[in-house]
Order: sequence, then structure tokens, then C-alpha cells
Amino acid sequence: MYPADFDYVRATSAQEAVDLLAQNADSVLLAGGHSLIPMLKLRLTHPARLIDIGRVDEIRGVCEKDSTLRVGSLTTHNEIASSEIVQSQCRFLAEAAGKIGDPQVRNKGTIGGNIAHADPASDLPAVLVAVGATVHLLGPDGNRSIAAGDFFTGLLTTAKAPGEIITEIEIPACCEEGFGCAYLKVEHPASGYAVCGAAARVKMDGGTCAAASLAFNGVTPVVFNAWSDGSPLAGGPADDAAIDAAIDELAIDEPMGDIHASGEYRVALARAYGKRALKAARDRS
Amino acid sequence: MGVRINLEVNGESYEREVEPRQLLVYFLREELGLTGTNVGCETSLCGACTILVDGQAIKACTQLAVQADGSSITTIEGLATNGDYHPLQQAFWDCHGLQCGFCTPGMIMAAADLLQRDSSPSETEVRQALKGNLCRCTGYHNIVRSVMTAAEGGS
Repeated sequence: MYPADFDYVRATSAQEAVDLLAQNADSVLLAGGHSLIPMLKLRLTHPARLIDIGRVDEIRGVCEKDSTLRVGSLTTHNEIASSEIVQSQCRFLAEAAGKIGDPQVRNKGTIGGNIAHADPASDLPAVLVAVGATVHLLGPDGNRSIAAGDFFTGLLTTAKAPGEIITEIEIPACCEEGFGCAYLKVEHPASGYAVCGAAARVKMDGGTCAAASLAFNGVTPVVFNAWSDGSPLAGGPADDAAIDAAIDELAIDEPMGDIHASGEYRVALARAYGKRALKAARDRS
Repeated sequence: MGVRINLEVNGESYEREVEPRQLLVYFLREELGLTGTNVGCETSLCGACTILVDGQAIKACTQLAVQADGSSITTIEGLATNGDYHPLQQAFWDCHGLQCGFCTPGMIMAAADLLQRDSSPSETEVRQALKGNLCRCTGYHNIVRSVMTAAEGGS
């Protein structure tokens, strides 16, 4: 199974990748290749040129500064899952990255490639939306930033322009005193993709919930943000009854359905796992 | 348009011109004649094509040969030393860790990645490390036992 023919060039910096993209509109970026190469093999995409950014080290790695994590777009899922900084500062990102595919896939797949592909059954989008991450892009007109909630625009579709490269994902630390987070997943037994993935983050102030966020992978064609205008849990006790009531009232419209799980079943999973994820996040706060 | 690549496979250096679209697993099998690495599902699910690239287990059906330029690769053919089986190979033999044998090279390479990071894994850790490798004969029990035996043997 071979992909259709294409030209291959290797970029040595993010800027060079942008310059190469500008040269040929029918180009795509190759990072770990675990979204792109399957698409090429199935000939679902057949670009004229691949620009390999797999060795652009300036956009790889995790660091922390002023309670903010900076994750380079070329950082692999394995590097994220095993990063002590991510485990201690954004636990549910490490959990989600560690639940992607299998060890071999996590050794190659990258966070930038993952979110650029925007598969609705992928694991990272809900975490990035729930935590309030910011995606940094470099393009012909320079740098720009976009909130994760605005980045995912549809099925396999993002706000990234074709000439842009994702350079970094900026993530507010969310495991400080009072914060708790959790990512729970029902995975397809063969592919490992999320039939439903629930990412929850809760901030408790004493016995009162100060803030909560919740997002789902795998349920709707684009990551589903449960409470984009603030959580009904805020200001209350966030006890089990309050969480159950908040989730029962949640409207989840137009779910995806396929041979693996009907839309109705995915919504039922979302309610069950949304409740469990919120309770787990609260208990970790 | 061919691309010239240099890489090391099982300790030997190779220089070849490859089509950019050639998958690494076919480069190993058809260009270098190293047919120990099998092609199973070809969709990065079954793990039969698992090899080590720069020490990390990857699925060679989902990597282009050009991406491996400059890398050091180990395949199943590179594990035995001076005719002696690698402890994992010996343990798979001793514990009957294979029946048809098709998944075995991938299983062993994935296990080799685990054991170089953790020389005494728990059974759960072994099963997690082999999550990306499918076997359709054994039910995994003897495969896990083989890896545990190799670990105890100090591989």
C-alpha cells in the first residue's frame, strides 16, 4: 500500500517551513506522520509536496514559566504523557496523551499533528478546550494565537490557515491548590480512538465550586464544550447531586453515530463519563 | 524524484536512493532484504512491523523511509549476538510464546523497547507495552509469560 507520488523536502526551522509552504500551495506538513501517512496510504489526500518538520527541534519539548506550560507542537504523545511537568501541572493532559493509541503510536504522534488533523475521536482536543489552552501559529504574516475553543471548527477542520504552522500550545497550569482535573475515556477496542472522552477541570474554594469546565471528544463532529459561558456548578457545592443535575440538564445536540456506537449511545456515554470525570476532578482538587 | 538517505540498520551502514513515498517497512524488506519484519494490517494497528528507530519502538508501516534518514534501526534480525538468541527470543522459544509466528518479531521488538526502559516490569506493564501488538493464535498468555521470563533472566 503506497501513497501516490509526491516531492519531499525537509525544513530545519519553523520559519523555513512557512517559507516552503508559501512556495507551493499544494504542500502539507509532515510531523510524526500518524495522521497524515494513513491518509496518504488510503489516498484520501494526495499533496504535491510533503514538508518534513520532524527535526525542527525549536518547536519540540515542554517547559513551564509563570504557571503556564508551553508545549512545542512537535512534542510526542509519549513525551507529554511521561513529562513530570505535565503530570504535576496539567494531569489530565498527561492522562489523555497516555491513552492515545498504543506505545508505538505515542512514540511518533505529535500534539501539533494531532490537533491539526482534528479527528473528532482524538483524545487531546477536549483537554485543550477544557483547560483553556491557546494555540500559537506562525504564518506568512507572522505569529498569531487562537483559543483552543475557537481552533477546532468542524470535522477534520481547524482555524489554521493552509500556509501556517502550529508552533506551540500554551496551557495554564491547573493542578495548583484547589484545582483538580481528569480525563476518562471509552475507547474503541480495535482502533483505540475515543467513542467518548470526557475532560473535566474543577476549581474548589473550600466547599464551594469556583469554576468548572467540561468538554467531550468522540460525541459530536467537533469537540463539544459543555459550558462555554460558565458552569452551572460555579457558586455551588459541586457535590454528587449537583454534578448529576448539571449533566442531566446538558443539551448535547447532533451527536455522531456510526456502526460502532449510535448517536444516542454516545450521548448516554457522555452523561455517564461527564459525571464521573467531574467527580474525579473534584476529588483531586 | 529519488531522495538519497543514509542510515544504520542492525549495526551496518546503508546508503540508498528511495522514492519519498516508500514506506520504511518495504524499504527494509525489499531494498535491504530484511524480511523478518512483517507487514500485517498496514494501518498501524497490528504491530507486526514494529522495529526500533533510535531506540524507540515504532510501526514501520506508518513511517516513510526518508523520515529514517540518519537514524539507527534495529530489526528482529539484529537482536541475536554471535549466533546466540537474545533473551527475549530464547524466552519466546522456551515459553511457547508463539504459534504461527507472524506477530512474533513485532512482539519481541515492542518487548525489547519495554525491557530497555524497565528491566523488571509488572505483568500489567507488559500487557500495556504490548497493547499495540495483536496476536491471533495464543491469547497473549504465553507471550506475556515469555516477556516476564526474559525480564527475570536479566535481558
